[in-house]
Amino acid sequence: MANETKAKSQMNVVDFFSKYTMIIALVVVFILFYFLTGGRLLLAQNMSNLLIQNGYVFVMACGMLLCILTGGNIDLSVGSVICMIGGVGAVLINNKGWNPILSIVICLLLGLAAGVWQGFWIGYVRIPPFITTLGGMFIFRGIGRLILDSKTVPVQNETFINIFNSYIKVPGLDDGEIALSPIIVGVLAAAFIIISTITSRAKKAKKGYRQNSIFVDYGKAVVIAAVLIFYCIKLSQYKGISVMILWVAAICLIYNFITSKTVIGRYFYAVGGNEKATKLSGINTNKVYFLAYANMGLLAGLCGLLCLARVGSVNGSTGTSFEMDAIGSCFIGGASAYGGSGSIPGAIIGALLLGTINMGMSIMGIGDSWQYVVKGAVLLVAVIFDVISSRKKGR
Amino acid sequence: MADTILKMKSITKEFPGVKALDNVNLEVERGEIHALIGENGAGKSTLMNVLSGTYPVGSYTGEIYYEGELCQFKTLRDSEEKGIVIIHQELALIPLLTIGENMFLGNEIRKKSGSIDWDRTFNEAEKHMKQVGLSESAQTLIKDIGTGKQQLVEIAKAFAKNVKLLILDEPTSSLNDEDAKMLLDLLISFKEEGLTSIIITHKLNEIIYCADKATIIRDGSTIETLVKGVDEFNEDRIIKGMVGREIEDRYPTREHKVSSEVSIEVKDWTVHHPLYPEKIVDNHVSFKAYKGEVVGFSGLQGAGRTELAMSIFGKSYGTDISGSIYINGSQVKLNSPKEAIEKGLAYVTEDRKTNGLILGESICFNTSLAALNKISKNGVIDRNLEQKAAEDMTNEMGTKTPSVNQVIGNLSGGNQQKALLGKWMFTEPDILILDEPTRGIDVGAKYDIYCLINDMVAKGKTVIMISSEMPELLGMCDRIYIMNEGNLVAEVAAAEATQEGIMAEIIHSSK
Repeated sequence: MANETKAKSQMNVVDFFSKYTMIIALVVVFILFYFLTGGRLLLAQNMSNLLIQNGYVFVMACGMLLCILTGGNIDLSVGSVICMIGGVGAVLINNKGWNPILSIVICLLLGLAAGVWQGFWIGYVRIPPFITTLGGMFIFRGIGRLILDSKTVPVQNETFINIFNSYIKVPGLDDGEIALSPIIVGVLAAAFIIISTITSRAKKAKKGYRQNSIFVDYGKAVVIAAVLIFYCIKLSQYKGISVMILWVAAICLIYNFITSKTVIGRYFYAVGGNEKATKLSGINTNKVYFLAYANMGLLAGLCGLLCLARVGSVNGSTGTSFEMDAIGSCFIGGASAYGGSGSIPGAIIGALLLGTINMGMSIMGIGDSWQYVVKGAVLLVAVIFDVISSRKKGR
Repeated sequence: MADTILKMKSITKEFPGVKALDNVNLEVERGEIHALIGENGAGKSTLMNVLSGTYPVGSYTGEIYYEGELCQFKTLRDSEEKGIVIIHQELALIPLLTIGENMFLGNEIRKKSGSIDWDRTFNEAEKHMKQVGLSESAQTLIKDIGTGKQQLVEIAKAFAKNVKLLILDEPTSSLNDEDAKMLLDLLISFKEEGLTSIIITHKLNEIIYCADKATIIRDGSTIETLVKGVDEFNEDRIIKGMVGREIEDRYPTREHKVSSEVSIEVKDWTVHHPLYPEKIVDNHVSFKAYKGEVVGFSGLQGAGRTELAMSIFGKSYGTDISGSIYINGSQVKLNSPKEAIEKGLAYVTEDRKTNGLILGESICFNTSLAALNKISKNGVIDRNLEQKAAEDMTNEMGTKTPSVNQVIGNLSGGNQQKALLGKWMFTEPDILILDEPTRGIDVGAKYDIYCLINDMVAKGKTVIMISSEMPELLGMCDRIYIMNEGNLVAEVAAAEATQEGIMAEIIHSSK
């Protein structure tokens, strides 16, 4: 949001590069791996999997961003909550044979409860988030293992899998070699973006508000629309639209709306920017912290279900160090380690960057160990770059 | 011939936009207690920071001669090596370390192997503690001794550094009378042993009691040096030197149309310190303000004015708050800033960087923060409406900025202050509390802010103004309350008040 408002002032080339650094980095990394993998990165199957495999990272990053916004605070317990919720889901559906819908609702509520528990201590008792969530990390991991009885529990219930991890098949459209529904969705979404840009400009013109330059507004809309259509064409060549992608897209859109357009979203930025000033402005800062962590619990619960559906089973080490992917995505995406700045699009780009590096290296057959080294280096370089460039601006 | 230990010649120090020191001269003789006096912001602390190397050589102009040689201190360490030690108003002790550890912090006694020689450390510490008459174990934690004793630890620490010139910035401000007297007596006894000290204090009775000379600084310039036994050396004479400034025509005129309706009345307001609950910050303060009135609060730092304002503004400061607030005649309970804002109060902080603005965000963001409900519907912000509102407030306040999307931290101090005022004006308050509204901003911006105050009261609103600049209070207010050490000590009509009169009220109420 902060970035967006800044863009409204005049831009020059330097501003352009510093504002879109991470997008440029993403494009560069993409092109690099395109050549290193001999073009295999862009295969339809890989493009589809890029979002599906990393689906949980996007969802967690949305929640983690809110925590980070409040002052660079992170939630370490996410991976453990995923294990606990995945475990509950698997046990209820598989071992007890409960109704999958009811089980999903219970799981989400449990995730929220875990978040509320931590949010209460952090927001109202002011226990440092690092400590609280470190405690949560152990507690929820342990509870997860208790529930699973230290076994691996599989889930094969069709309804459950359909809700989170299946491909949409519209009869008549998606029966052929190339699925048509993704293309239709892609074109509609692209059209929506272009039209909403036009209407928003028209509305501003009518009321005499300040306009962005035409170049920036339409440039952005066209690029986003083009990427969407391109991606949907890729999807159409491989099984069509995955439900997982819809979940991810919905969560990202909702949280982008919350952070950029709502009053409550504004609070997260304000608290991270200057908590004292925020408090004196009549905002209940305790509640803001509480909400950030309660929400993180809810999203971690959802991630637990997504992971369960994607992998098909849960065991005691499911979700280990998942939180680090989410935290890394936010920081790569330009969130400040001191809080108060960052955005959902940024976090998404960070997650995409990490996902692309992972996938590219996997395709090339480079082992896990090197992937860790490269991921760590990218995170560090991104943040170093961010710190140095903001220092130059004299802030 | 006089033995001059320190001579500061034509010291000039500028901060962006403000000349903090202008051609200041100070001469101190060996073995005397030299008092430095002046109002808040007169430049006393800046001068001492120049001397100690906190502001390194090159960041100011002028020359410092110490023990006859020209000094060019780059850091605090350089000056400490020469035996110049400064003890700040806020004690620089670490509560969870022992007295001994604190005394040798950064200056540790080591064994040959490089590890710290604790036996010698504590032994040396206790030796110096004895010098200042502090009978505690050097292994006591700082947090376990009172502020009076902590002050003594600071002095003992100075002795450990082989002090020759001791500078004390408001050493007695946090002490009770007994401890304060003990400290002053200690200084006098050191003087007899040949130690030179410079003492910065507001308490004139202390100066009369212990100082040999007093140099008065006003608005960044030295006014005069009074010598005990040569010049007239009493409180009235010093007050005259401190405030001898003329009130120029720096204040926009307004019709004084004070309504007979009381807009806010506070009764028996008592506030305790948030960290030291036994300390009373505001003691049974009662006051009222009428519609269309500018009410001033005068007093020195630590008088409890900011604390009074903040505690009224939704209990934003202090613990164990008691008393009652009446707005437009009916009693209200304000438990959070939100409730205060809803009742029409606005508090514009004295410290805009820490308590007022979110520096990394835009003017737009800051303007709407305290009244987001005005630019949102069902919790969704209308960006266009917000932009418009911010532009309106920017125009109204006369904030100079290329656009309301400018990051507020990039504005000058005066424009930040206007933006902060804009933020609170956007909440449409009936009672506006301004805490040091013109601190650190230039004359032009000050005038603009005075005009805004006049506009407010012309609309029948109430403005409560806390200020340490007496001419400003005299020029702007209808009535002035005088506070000292947490008590409301006097109430005067601005038309009849004088700077000397106010200062005398403050000084005489100090015990």
